[in-house]
Amino acid sequence: MNYAFDFGWLADYWPVLLKGIGITVELTLVGGVLGVSLGIACAWARALGPVWIKPVVAAYVEMIRNTPFLIQLFFVFFGLPALGLRMGELQAANLAMVINLGAYGCEIIRAGIQATPRGQFEAGASLGMSRIQTFWYVVLIPALQRIWPALSSQIVIVMLGSAAVSQIAAEDLTFAANFIQSRTFRAFETYFAATLIYLALAVLLRQLLRGLGWTIFPKRAAR
Amino acid sequence: MNDFSTWDILRNLLMAARWTVLLSLVSFVGGSLVGLALLFARIGKGRLGPAFAKTYIELFQGTPLLMQLFLAFFGLGLFGIDVPAWLAAGLALILWTAAFLAEIWRGCVESVAKGQWEASSSLGMGYLQQMRWVILPQALRVAVPPTVGFSVQVVKGTALTSIIGFVELSKAGTMVTNATFEPFTVYGFVALIYFCLCWPLSKSSQILERKLNVAHRNH
Repeated sequence: MNYAFDFGWLADYWPVLLKGIGITVELTLVGGVLGVSLGIACAWARALGPVWIKPVVAAYVEMIRNTPFLIQLFFVFFGLPALGLRMGELQAANLAMVINLGAYGCEIIRAGIQATPRGQFEAGASLGMSRIQTFWYVVLIPALQRIWPALSSQIVIVMLGSAAVSQIAAEDLTFAANFIQSRTFRAFETYFAATLIYLALAVLLRQLLRGLGWTIFPKRAAR
Repeated sequence: MNDFSTWDILRNLLMAARWTVLLSLVSFVGGSLVGLALLFARIGKGRLGPAFAKTYIELFQGTPLLMQLFLAFFGLGLFGIDVPAWLAAGLALILWTAAFLAEIWRGCVESVAKGQWEASSSLGMGYLQQMRWVILPQALRVAVPPTVGFSVQVVKGTALTSIIGFVELSKAGTMVTNATFEPFTVYGFVALIYFCLCWPLSKSSQILERKLNVAHRNH
């Protein structure tokens, strides 16, 4: 192997990488918050919602979980404009990520809700709590705590999956790497650096979510 | 511009879907073999094996599959080989699949109650005998549903290989879109074909889980 590795381009191109990291973080943040919210809403709909909504949510979840993220992205960005829904690449990327995480989050949160004994629901009602209160305090919060590790992994997976949004020209970290390697012809080094950054982001995000879990569920943390 | 009928679109996509299926099979089978080796390294005794397997799994689970594909594509090129897309795609997917399967299976092996290890060792069984006769048969029962479930991720993972130029279902979708200017129809069909590939796997994973009654078994 006669190849001299050269990371000299880093000196010139680190602002590009930094900007890409910023976009990836932003996408993850928005996608994470909205995606989990959508997941909670869908889990509520499937567990306690009106009868007609259950098959709709189930179809949505199955559809998303059984198709690649890349295709969902293409469908949102290239396909939806045919219906008159035109949006920028960042909006499309965000929308696709929210829809994606929403479906997985729904399944994960639903598993947590199902693990709540039915009697707790009745206990909540007998304490004079409203349906919403019961759902929030008795069902949802303990359920979220139970499935927090699984949900965290899913958020990390979505963050890593966001590498695909470079394909619709959203200027994330992968896009930055593509740009740099097209300028420097140092493809391997560029992608190697980008991969390391993704790894660092994943490790950081995991720790952050763990810390967040401790903050949100403080009293019950001592299990 | 060519005139494409809906049937032309679908036929082109279905032809390309064969490559998606083939790549998925290769990745899954190859990944299982490498994953099994990793599993033994991970749960084995000694220090080097587990440390290596742990790092490997962490690296592959902590980085995007797309980056792994790029690195395989350009990394193999460093050796002066002219890398065809299928080779980089197959290699990256096999290594990626192996990492996830090894981790899934480790959980299954660890779900076997500790008393089983102690009981079998008190019967004078060696490590390999314990594995062969006591641990793996029980772990296998637990492992089947999540393994089938993960095969869905493999099928979906192959979509990313379109980005390094492997012509499978997703790439065909892009190509057909460029020829027909009907992204809604084309990507709709592409999604539908993926769904038809993945949904039976997801469903059978669920059914197997219920059938093997793993969730409700207590140790």
